[in-house]
Amino acid sequence: MTARRDTLQIHTSPHIASGASVDTIMRNVVWALLPVAAFSVYSFGLAALFTLLAATASCVLTEHLMCRFAARPTTVKDWSVTITGLLYGLTLPPALPLWMVVVGGMIGVAMAKFMFGGLGYNAFNPALVSRAFLQAAFPAAMTTWTPAMLPDRFTSVPASVFTFPFAAPVYDGASGATPLSLMKFDGQVTATGDLLLGLTSGSTGETCAVLILVGGIYLAARRMLNWRIPAAIFATVALLSSLFHVIDPEAYPPAGFMLFSGGLMLGAVFMATDMVASPITALGSVIYGILIGVLITVIRLWGGMPEGVMYAILLANAVSPHIDHLVQPRVYGTGRG
Amino acid sequence: MIFPRRQRRSFDHGIHPPEAKDDTRGLPIRQFPFAPVMIIPLLQHMGRPALPLVREGQEVARGQCIAEPDGFMSVAMHAPASGVIQRIGLVPTINGKMVPGIYLKPFPGSSQEVGEGAPCDLALATPENIISAIQQAGIVGLGGAAFPTHVKLKIPDDRQIDTLIINGVECEPYLTTDHRVMLEQQPDIFMGIRYLIRVTGAQRAIIGIEANKLDVAQSLRDHLPAGEPVTVEVAEVKYPQGAEKMLITALLDREVPSGGLPSDVGVVVVNVATTAEIGRLLPAGRGIQERVITIGGPGIRKKGNYRIPIGTPLRFALEYAGMADNVSRVFLGGPMMGQALPSLDIPITKGTSGFIAFTENETAADPLEYPCIHCGYCVDACPLFLNPSQLGLLAKSGRYDAMVQDYHLMDCFECGSCAYVCPAHIPLVQRFRGAKTMVRKQQAAS
Repeated sequence: MTARRDTLQIHTSPHIASGASVDTIMRNVVWALLPVAAFSVYSFGLAALFTLLAATASCVLTEHLMCRFAARPTTVKDWSVTITGLLYGLTLPPALPLWMVVVGGMIGVAMAKFMFGGLGYNAFNPALVSRAFLQAAFPAAMTTWTPAMLPDRFTSVPASVFTFPFAAPVYDGASGATPLSLMKFDGQVTATGDLLLGLTSGSTGETCAVLILVGGIYLAARRMLNWRIPAAIFATVALLSSLFHVIDPEAYPPAGFMLFSGGLMLGAVFMATDMVASPITALGSVIYGILIGVLITVIRLWGGMPEGVMYAILLANAVSPHIDHLVQPRVYGTGRG
Repeated sequence: MIFPRRQRRSFDHGIHPPEAKDDTRGLPIRQFPFAPVMIIPLLQHMGRPALPLVREGQEVARGQCIAEPDGFMSVAMHAPASGVIQRIGLVPTINGKMVPGIYLKPFPGSSQEVGEGAPCDLALATPENIISAIQQAGIVGLGGAAFPTHVKLKIPDDRQIDTLIINGVECEPYLTTDHRVMLEQQPDIFMGIRYLIRVTGAQRAIIGIEANKLDVAQSLRDHLPAGEPVTVEVAEVKYPQGAEKMLITALLDREVPSGGLPSDVGVVVVNVATTAEIGRLLPAGRGIQERVITIGGPGIRKKGNYRIPIGTPLRFALEYAGMADNVSRVFLGGPMMGQALPSLDIPITKGTSGFIAFTENETAADPLEYPCIHCGYCVDACPLFLNPSQLGLLAKSGRYDAMVQDYHLMDCFECGSCAYVCPAHIPLVQRFRGAKTMVRKQQAAS
């Protein structure tokens, strides 16, 4: 007999596996984001392209170098930091000075991900921490918007993009107002069709609701995205905003506008669903989604800022472990009537 | 269609691993030859080792009782072949422990006929008679757990059994022994059910099988004895439906309480091969000296179902069945819960339902382990609704108390569903086993 007894593997059961892998899941999220990214380049031109490239590159490089300095094998191959970089870029105003993009990316990955212990241990979505940092540090630059579909978007780049670090950015040409700020400060409601198709001004990747939904449905169908979270967010926002719209249609926008404007789609589908920073149980993720929906509505309708998605998600990230702890699944053989 | 899909039931959660049963399910059970030397551990079951009744150098006949039970948590052992007792001492077992055992050298020229003993007459036997006969026949759960069947049938006085479930689910991939037994040993199964109904006082018996064995369901239904309260139920194909708790929920929609027994919800579950052995052995007054196993997997040449003498060394079994050159892992049982072998010098025991060999193709280098990303796949897979993700994190940091008190660690029966689906390739079952061992040690110490 040719049995190679000395080479028999001792391995505990199970001896077979489904073949699912973290890097496969992460890579698929990147694929699902690519149409959104492509549309942002189509809509905002070279400025968006540079923003996305700088955001992704700065995040990936930061993680790679930090692993290097910590004398650990690099973790960029699990693709999670690519998602962070791409998502982060998609939340930024297209004409943001590139040096700010790079600084924000470095801070988010280093402080919100690496220092917490890397993938699996980040309490907050690192892309949103990056953005929150920029919002606090550069409020003016973070709220200066470029109109979509400018005729010269593929031939020229706004001067602000190449601002020298720490110099005040100069904005040339037209600046646009986002549908949310039009609503907040001028009481104008943008048509839902324009919002769905992404014909408005806004962050690079937040404008085209249709493509975001397509990406989300693809991931949910492959069980790589917890559909309960966006569903709970949509339902909560729709319900609350409809309620207030019925009470006072002049002051409060309709549900369609609330759902498809600003960062809600991108946030609900791709940010709030960060597996690490969201609850693991079915009931927990619904509670988490409702919480985000309530916070978004409250911040948008009564807050000082036109948009509230980012802070809503970050706050919910903070309570996510507590939600998980409170709503454990009912264990088989305990307390069924 | 005879078994419409909508009528099929199941439990919640669970997984769908590839069934891999096509290679052997169509092959009739064949008799396995006798090895030159048999190794018979006296502890092949949960409980206390049997006490030898023979001495070294003694000649024994096939089927003769060679060791008697030591107390209630123990069963008898019978000679798997006519031969001579070579040595009584310690024999190796799969978990590396040495246990008391007997080495038996079969006579090459013997006719190997099995003598009859005192039969257990169904018409006259009391439940106590049957329980004692099952213990004397050396019968244990043949599905893999090897729990003494007579202990399971000793129903506490304050429990009423209404339903006997005969477990023919066989949800482990690759294994087809129960499939073949249900096709080839139907009279034995029905006879076994009569004994079991008498012991448990159950009003009815359900033979539970999965929808990947519709040929079996049809055949059993065609041959059901008239006027007896026996039915055949087909459940959706899902792992681990063969687990007692899962099968009870699938067929009856009852939940066995955490830490409790099936008798708490009026049910007793017996494996179908065990039932067939009861029906085959008790009327003849014989003891169990062989069992049906699947020898299969990509690393085996002569795949099939074999009636193999208990005590056949695995090395002999592999030589006979033929092994591919690039075999890298062999294990007893199925791939989900089976135990990998440290060596081939251990015997087939009563609890061995399968012997599977994987080649290098199926056992590529262990994939990289990632940190838990809270994807929730394990939470959706666990048939007991535990939180394997959280349990895994707690195990890593050694917080065994929290695992037991807050997350029901001790309910886990190590079905492996969580580790099967884990995209981070975390060896969850291994961690839980380690944690349970630590908890039991702490409990024993205090």
